[in-house]
Amino acid sequence: MAEVSSTEPLATLPLDALHRRLGARMVPFAGYAMPIQFEGIIAEHLHTRSHAGLFDVSHMGQLLLPLTSAALLETLIPGDILGLAENALRYSLLLNAEGGILDDLMVTRRADDLYLVVNGAVKAADIAHLRAAGLPVEYREDWALLALQGPQAVEALARLVPGVEALRFMRAGAFSWNGVALWVSRSGYTGEDGYEISVPAANVEALAEALLAQPEVKPIGLGARDSLRLEAGLPLYGHDLDETTSPIEAGLAFAISKRRKLEGGFPAAEKLLAELHDGPARRRIGLAVEGKLPAREGAEVFAGAERVGIVTSGGFSPSLGQPIAMAYVAAAYAADGAALEIEVRGKRLAASVVPMPFKAKNYVRAAN
Amino acid sequence: MSLYFTKEHEWLRVEGGVATVGITDYAQAQLGDVVFAEVPAAGTVLAKGKEAAVVESVKAASDVYSPVSGTVTEANAALEGDPALVNTAPETEGWFFKLTLSDPSELDGLMDEAGYKSFVATL
Repeated sequence: MAEVSSTEPLATLPLDALHRRLGARMVPFAGYAMPIQFEGIIAEHLHTRSHAGLFDVSHMGQLLLPLTSAALLETLIPGDILGLAENALRYSLLLNAEGGILDDLMVTRRADDLYLVVNGAVKAADIAHLRAAGLPVEYREDWALLALQGPQAVEALARLVPGVEALRFMRAGAFSWNGVALWVSRSGYTGEDGYEISVPAANVEALAEALLAQPEVKPIGLGARDSLRLEAGLPLYGHDLDETTSPIEAGLAFAISKRRKLEGGFPAAEKLLAELHDGPARRRIGLAVEGKLPAREGAEVFAGAERVGIVTSGGFSPSLGQPIAMAYVAAAYAADGAALEIEVRGKRLAASVVPMPFKAKNYVRAAN
Repeated sequence: MSLYFTKEHEWLRVEGGVATVGITDYAQAQLGDVVFAEVPAAGTVLAKGKEAAVVESVKAASDVYSPVSGTVTEANAALEGDPALVNTAPETEGWFFKLTLSDPSELDGLMDEAGYKSFVATL
């Protein structure tokens, strides 16, 4: 069998010891040793969909900017930051001069600063890019980040941190737990209701253990994080998005805020707005794959003899019990219901274009 | 009957010139949940150390190599309906394929159960 493990030395995150005590299989990810799974990807995935899962996402970059940086930040991203309400989050994109995606990120306008969460694998490049534009980035390396996701996340977290149940989706606030300052947002990357919790690194293990002591909560690894976000139709940077993909073809035009569409002033604005108007040459789509053989990243997509695209994420959907994939295909083949084929090890698998999310999202839009 | 193991975490059980091949308990634990196994059809000629089957976990696809050379006589049809047998019974019902040995001397280079156990202990 092919080798599946690695022994290269890696940086460790604050919860490293806890993960190992819990029996995690640790793998290299974004330069860190991180848990790929605890009891098993399928069980962890289904637990998150039915109860609540705790994810360590401390590899992600947590950055702060002064509020006065909002206008300058808008020259790098297409989101409306000046108009963001206090304690509101916005999904946005760091764009290069050609309109390609350098990273996807969350921006929160807080009372006294802007709080950004960026992908772990590219955080050093993001910080350099922001600083090169003159933005005084503060990198909060001493803060860890947890995600508590699933329909029972609200009950579990509210027991420890009363008040979080009142947050609406894509809203955040300052809370405290046992005297520890927390920054909590109602957001996530699973398609479920849930929270992301920023906590000082010195306190994250105690908080993680307190959360894991709640009857609804189990630890979840990166494997299930990937299968959950795939079912939710959420793109993964470095796979479904990169410097060569535009927000329009990625289906992320919603990240170009209304005011920014009118005013421009973000990288490659003219080009991207023209692409939005004319339609992109290719589109990111969801594919339901027939049979049981998963189609993985890199598999080519065909319409008859013609190669029309490529799979950027693919695997087995634990909730649906079948393989699913994300792909970029020529716009002519991107309509829902289009019958395509994916080539896997010389075999053609029948696949049809389906709307994403593959699994309906379960967000809480209004306060309970 | 003799049981052999490879450093690539395959096992083979040899009975009367026919070997049954699968992956070890250690290997299935490393892979995690198996969702698909692609096994070679009867009649396929396999060469020692070459790809013989593919096992797909939720996370990734991994090749399974043939520990010896020979001709496949039977693939495990049960894996098609229940690929998780590779996780639940890796060294019994979760076998991959059977083959007739074309060169029984190839068995000499493989490990016995005690040798494999001490090999895994070093990983």
